[in-house]
Amino acid sequence: MSAAAVETADVVARVRRARRRRATVVLSVLVALLVVVAAASVSVGSYSLTLPDLLATLAGRGSRADNLAVFGLRLPRFALAVLVGVAFGLSGALFQNLLRNPLASPDIIGVSGGASAAAIAGILLLGLGSVGTSLLAFAGALAVATAIYLLAWRGGVLGYRFVLVGIATAFLMQAVIGYLLTRAEIREASGAFVWLVGSISSTRWQDVAPVAVALAVLLPAVIALSRSLTALDLGDDAASGLGVRVERTRALGILVAVALAALGTAAAGPVAFVAFVSGPIARRLLRTGAAALPVSALVGALVMGAADFVAQHLLPGDVVLPVGIVTGAVGAPYLLYLLATANRTGRGA
Amino acid sequence: MSDDRHTLAARDLSLGYEGRKVVDGLTLELAPAGITVIVGANASGKSTLLRGLARLLKPSAGVVELDGADVSHLPGKRFATLVGLLPQQPIAPDGITVAELVARGRYPHQGWFQRWSTDDDERVASALAATDAASFADRHVEELSGGQRQRAWIAMALAQDPDILLLDEPTTYLDVTHQIEVLDLLLELNRSRGATVVMVLHDLNLAARYADELVVVAAGRIVAQGAPGDVLTADLVESAFGLQCRVIPDPVTGTPLVVPLGRFHRDAI
Repeated sequence: MSAAAVETADVVARVRRARRRRATVVLSVLVALLVVVAAASVSVGSYSLTLPDLLATLAGRGSRADNLAVFGLRLPRFALAVLVGVAFGLSGALFQNLLRNPLASPDIIGVSGGASAAAIAGILLLGLGSVGTSLLAFAGALAVATAIYLLAWRGGVLGYRFVLVGIATAFLMQAVIGYLLTRAEIREASGAFVWLVGSISSTRWQDVAPVAVALAVLLPAVIALSRSLTALDLGDDAASGLGVRVERTRALGILVAVALAALGTAAAGPVAFVAFVSGPIARRLLRTGAAALPVSALVGALVMGAADFVAQHLLPGDVVLPVGIVTGAVGAPYLLYLLATANRTGRGA
Repeated sequence: MSDDRHTLAARDLSLGYEGRKVVDGLTLELAPAGITVIVGANASGKSTLLRGLARLLKPSAGVVELDGADVSHLPGKRFATLVGLLPQQPIAPDGITVAELVARGRYPHQGWFQRWSTDDDERVASALAATDAASFADRHVEELSGGQRQRAWIAMALAQDPDILLLDEPTTYLDVTHQIEVLDLLLELNRSRGATVVMVLHDLNLAARYADELVVVAAGRIVAQGAPGDVLTADLVESAFGLQCRVIPDPVTGTPLVVPLGRFHRDAI
């Protein structure tokens, strides 16, 4: 190689290393923040632990009361928040990436709505338990996604058509949920309603385990798809030119994203906006064109964990909000911001 | 690029969208190591033909062959290492740098567990050097001029290291200076690397200047094919494009130059 070519290779390697360094820094900071939120979540409450107490408890030398508060009550709740956050964060990033549209997240296009409607029907009409409700939520999400896919199909799927059909479907699902709630007994309906806002209060370890197992099954699928997804960013034609099987990759990706959205929804209810904000935040942190899936997952976990902490401690006294109220209050202004800036630059939606 | 040239050909190829036939039983063998330019009026099927050659469309009849074998049986990545494509409107993700974009071209050469190698860095660097894009390798794609952006995309296709490069209207949306810049680059790649270049162009005069072989398409069929000097006549332009014109030798290159008459200047001479 000529001297100029060697120099260019150095530039290429330097750009790549700079990206990797940034990704490492972003991931490290997110993990550190997650640890801080974790420490706060398990120690603060009506019965608070000091930091030395917390460390002693984690080291296995805590008092019975400390052990109960940390391991019995607060840690499972925080663990569920993290798992659900990862599921929503990944699902949103996958949808947005696959459809090349920041509005294409499962909570906006009716996929979470489909999961909710099916789950509510399961709870109110069939009296199902948690496993049955989860399976039904997945079936509902999959049915809605399939319907949107077919309705948006014109010899291929275009992102904006998918989103428009999805938004209409989301309203339809709201109508179904509204109907089911009005038909139900008031006591049952209020229980279903708390679930609908998105809540992870009174979580026990036996609630966490199935979510962890399902996530462990889905994560390898996400990793397997991630490289083709990166190529898909360049447009269908260019991705195809690179040897990606575009429609197959997109269909598989959407299937995995639907499963993740259904998983999160079944475990915690359709927690508003977590799926929607995680991907764009991750991209902005990395400042890269790449799909940023690991960072999206961590952002989702952090948003969910932090929002649940705020929901528990924001209001004075023992008033505890469902986590979905906090995420909704933060996410809605973000949606407005996104719409406003997307209009200005002529991009985005 | 390897020395044994690969040949791409269409045999009795029919292509269409939702039952509407756009390319109709067309046979075309692309000259290896040459520059083939496909021209035709709007909706003549020229872009569709290129998309068919690039495997973006499934033939409704006939086949696209690479070295005599039906390309639909080839694995996607294998095809992508031999045939590169620059589509009409590729999308550069927000915030991507030129070096990263070009690096995406290495995708078909990488497997599941294959990490990025120094060889990949060198291929990317050589693609950047060949397209004269090294000087802006660390800049964001959205900050570039139209000509630079197109060079970055061509560099990405080159990093793919294909023998055959398909380009769908690579000069659209570029001003005349950048059009010449891009076409000169493609000519240089063809002459120095022996790359087979196949592109769709709108401008007949530029097509005549840069093509070794001109393919004129009308109503989904080839109406003329050959060296531009032999093919591009006033009669052909009238029949294929419905345009009355005179054809004179280009004062710079001697290739045919199409001078349109239009409604108001028909009787000027």
